Amino acid sequence: MSSPAPQPSLRVSVDLNLCQAYAQCCYAAPQHFRIEGHEALFYDPAPAARDRADIERAQIACPVQAIRVEDKSHEGA
Amino acid sequence: MGHGQPSRALVIGAGLAALRGAEAMRDAGFSGALTIVGAEPYRPYDRPPLSKHVLTGEIAPDATTVPSSLGEDVDWHLGSPAVSLDRADRLVHLADGTALTYDRLLIATGTRARPWPNPHEGRLAGVYTLRGRDDAIALRKALTSSPQRVLVIGGGLIGCEVASACRQLSLPVTLVQPGPAPLARVLGRYIGAIVGAMHEARGVDLRLGAEVEWLEQANGRLVRAHLVDGTAIEADIALLALGAMRNTEWLDGSGLSFDAGGVDCDADGYVLDVDGRPDTAIAAAGDVARFPHPLYGGRRIAVEHWGHAVAQGVHAGRLLAGDKPERCYAALPAFWSGQAGVTLKSVGLTAGADAMTIAQGDPATGRFLAVYGREGRCIAAVSVDCGRWLPAYAERIAAAEPFPPEETVIDRAGSPAILAPGFS
Repeated sequence: MSSPAPQPSLRVSVDLNLCQAYAQCCYAAPQHFRIEGHEALFYDPAPAARDRADIERAQIACPVQAIRVEDKSHEGA
Repeated sequence: MGHGQPSRALVIGAGLAALRGAEAMRDAGFSGALTIVGAEPYRPYDRPPLSKHVLTGEIAPDATTVPSSLGEDVDWHLGSPAVSLDRADRLVHLADGTALTYDRLLIATGTRARPWPNPHEGRLAGVYTLRGRDDAIALRKALTSSPQRVLVIGGGLIGCEVASACRQLSLPVTLVQPGPAPLARVLGRYIGAIVGAMHEARGVDLRLGAEVEWLEQANGRLVRAHLVDGTAIEADIALLALGAMRNTEWLDGSGLSFDAGGVDCDADGYVLDVDGRPDTAIAAAGDVARFPHPLYGGRRIAVEHWGHAVAQGVHAGRLLAGDKPERCYAALPAFWSGQAGVTLKSVGLTAGADAMTIAQGDPATGRFLAVYGREGRCIAAVSVDCGRWLPAYAERIAAAEPFPPEETVIDRAGSPAILAPGFS
C-alpha cells in the first residue's frame, strides 16, 4: 500500500457484499487492492489521481462490478 | 408529485442512505433545489472501515468519504442536526436556528451509539463509543497510546471487530458479552460460538455470560471494570459496544408514527402518520426507516446494513423524484464483517430461525456456510470465508425455498445434520 497522498483526488468504494474475492483488482492495481486471508478485500479508498489508470483497470476487471470510483473535485468539506 | 416544477427537496441526514437518495433524485430527473442536512461536519463517509482498518491505522479516517455523483447544485448544511419537523408548514428546524422548507423530504437520520446507563461513568477518560468518524479518531488515538488492556463491552459486530483490531495491534483485549456467545443475536449461539473460538485463538480474552456492573475511575480516568459476578478487569480503555439507537427524537410533535425502533413507512417507502396514513411528501431510508418487508410476512423491520442504506436510499430517492419504482422495496438484507482473520457474510435475516444446517464446508476447517430455516423455509445464510456460495443461497432465500435446502451438499455423503441455531 502506498502512503496516502496529502490531497487524494479519487474516491474508491467497493460493495463488499458483492465482492467475491476474485482478486482481479489486485492484479490490476496491486498497490491499492489486496486480499487478506482467504477472502477479505482491503482497498485504498483515497488513491492519488496519478494512479487513475490502474484504478480504472481494476474497476473494469472486477467480475462482479463491485468497484465504484469518482473524482473528489466536487467536494468542499 | 411528478408534475409541475418542484422547487425544493430536503434530505435530513448525511450518511450513505442520504447520499444515495439524493443522487437517485437527481438521476431520476429532479432539478429543483436540493439541500442535505447533516449533524456531523463531514460529507458522507463510509462507516465499515471505522471499526477495522481505521483503528489499525491502515486507512486514514478522512479517506473514507464516499464517492458521489452529486455536482455543485447541492446545498450542504453540515454540522447542525434537525430538531423538529413541522408538516403543516413543510418546515424543518435545525439546532442552529435555521428553518428549511421542503416539497419533498427524505428522512435518513440513522442511528447513534447506545450510551452507558450511568452517564458519569460513560464520560470517564478512557471510555469510548464508536459510531462516527470522530469516535474512530479518538479511539485510534487511545489504542496507539500503549494501553494496558482494552475492554470491549458488548459482543455484537462492532465489539467483535474492535476486539479483532486490538489483537492486530497486539494489544491485550477482553471482550465481555452477557450472552452465551459473541454475535449470538445475529448468528445464533451455534455459529456465534464457532466465531468466538476463532477470536480466542487469536488471543481475545472472551468473558461470556458476564456483565459489567460499574466502571471504576481514578482521577477521572477508567482504571477497572467490575463485573456482576464480583470479579474485576483492569483496563484503561473501554469501548461501549452496546448497539445502536435510532435518531427519531426530532420527529416529536410531527404527527408521524415513530418510536425508538424507527420511523414507520408503508410498502412504497412513504412515511406514515400516527393514523397510519402515508405522507407522500416524505420518504425514509436506511437505519432509521422501519418498513414492511415482503419476505418476512410484511413485518416492519429496520435494517442497519451498508447495502440496505444504498438500496433503500436509491428507492426512496426515486420515489420522491416522482419516478416510483414498479415494485415495493424488498432487497434481501445482507452484510459482511471482517474479524478474527475471516470474512463473515450474511444474506437474509436469521431472526426467528428454528433450524440450521451446515450446507457447505466444515467449521473444523474454518470455512463453511450455514443455512437458517424457519417453519420449513430458508430464511438466511451465513458464510465464513465461504462467500462464493452465498449468492446461490440468496436466491433460495429470496424465493423462500424449502428448508433444509435440497441437493446442495456435494462434498460429503448423507443428509446434512439439522442443528439448533441457538436463538432464545
